[in-house]
Amino acid sequence: MRRFGGLVWRDMRLALRAGTDATTAVMFFVVTVALFPLGVGPEPDILARIAAGVIWVAALLASLLSLERLLAGDYEDGGLDLLALGPLPLEAVVLAKVAAHWLVTGLPLIVAAPVLALLLNMPTAGFGVLMATLALGTPSLSLIGAIGAALTLGSRRGGVLLAVLTLPLLVPVLIFAVAAIEAALTGLPARPHLLLLGATLAVALSLTPVAAAAAMRQALE
Amino acid sequence: MFVGDDLACLRGSRLVFTGLSFGLEPGAALVLTGPNGCGKSSLLRLMAGLLRPLAGSLSWNGEAIAEAPDEHRGRISYVGHLDAVKPALTVHENLAFWAALADPREAAARTGLALDEFGLGALSDLPGRYLSAGQRRRLAVARLLAAPARLWLLDEPTTGLDRDGIARLEAAMVRHRDGGGMIALATHTDQALAGAQSLCVGDYAPAAGGQPAYNADDGGDRAVAPVGAGR
Repeated sequence: MRRFGGLVWRDMRLALRAGTDATTAVMFFVVTVALFPLGVGPEPDILARIAAGVIWVAALLASLLSLERLLAGDYEDGGLDLLALGPLPLEAVVLAKVAAHWLVTGLPLIVAAPVLALLLNMPTAGFGVLMATLALGTPSLSLIGAIGAALTLGSRRGGVLLAVLTLPLLVPVLIFAVAAIEAALTGLPARPHLLLLGATLAVALSLTPVAAAAAMRQALE
Repeated sequence: MFVGDDLACLRGSRLVFTGLSFGLEPGAALVLTGPNGCGKSSLLRLMAGLLRPLAGSLSWNGEAIAEAPDEHRGRISYVGHLDAVKPALTVHENLAFWAALADPREAAARTGLALDEFGLGALSDLPGRYLSAGQRRRLAVARLLAAPARLWLLDEPTTGLDRDGIARLEAAMVRHRDGGGMIALATHTDQALAGAQSLCVGDYAPAAGGQPAYNADDGGDRAVAPVGAGR
């Protein structure tokens, strides 16, 4: 467990010191969402209707953007060889890296979301559920994205390939999350959708480390 | 005792070597030689368990490594071509991470020891990005002491090291073997490793017909390299 924590801490330090990885995701998120009022026009009603979808699509793209570097840095400098030979199983290595990634990029997205919701004129009734969907959904994004990051190790233009591979897998998260917010805004219970999001997270948490570790072993051969 | 028996290695669609065997006893060292591309690095990765052999088997004290890969990983310290030095972390942090990964309790003491042994003490607060190639290399080999293991797998570890660095590495290797450790080392330079066995990986390249090539000088009998010779 201390080893696991050590790896999470190292990856967080790397991301925070390099600065760019961590902040670009949040900046991308904010800028993309801020573009919509400019493109769609400032009608409050239209913006309020599309707010949930816009915020979630932007959050999804923002996490994808930073996932490309999840494993690539360690793969390129030989660190992944050493991690694979270390005492932590590769599955735990994947989980630790995803945890660090989420803490550095996912968490700021959740914090920034209410401000953007305000910008898009989302009714305040949806704020709580929006935060809840992001809290349940962004870890799933990081986890599922890790499979894509592991599969694209060693390929050139991995980022584009990663998006093509991962986006279809992320569609359920997007649908459940937006449905939950819509339900809250129309006065319906959001709970069933949130439960489905939670279930997605549980499945992702148990399956993705295995899948990503298998892909990494392939890449290291 | 670490034994490889009748190993064959396939990279892509090319058979790199076949029929290669070796044996390493505690305190022994094996120097891998041969021309570029003959499979020295592949053999080291095979020994580490990062690659799977196409044929043949590796065993530790008679137990097949394929059966207990987790135990085998705990015995290995591997220094490859890449230094695995993070530019954003200081020299001390880089080393301390690997030390803590190997053994969280003794990490602090071992990190300090490794830094001193390889003359990196003065650089310890310098971020990795400011290191020269040789200093990065020193940091990579310092990992051998920060995260100790029975079997050292070294892939041309002296590349970029200055004379002082090489001397320090050689001293560390002598101490490691005196303590019962084993070393497999791929190199092009003449490394001063007393009593090391030498294995020319190039001799095991498959001939055109797919048969292993034999070196006439050896009477064709290169199946088993002498074990723990002359320590």
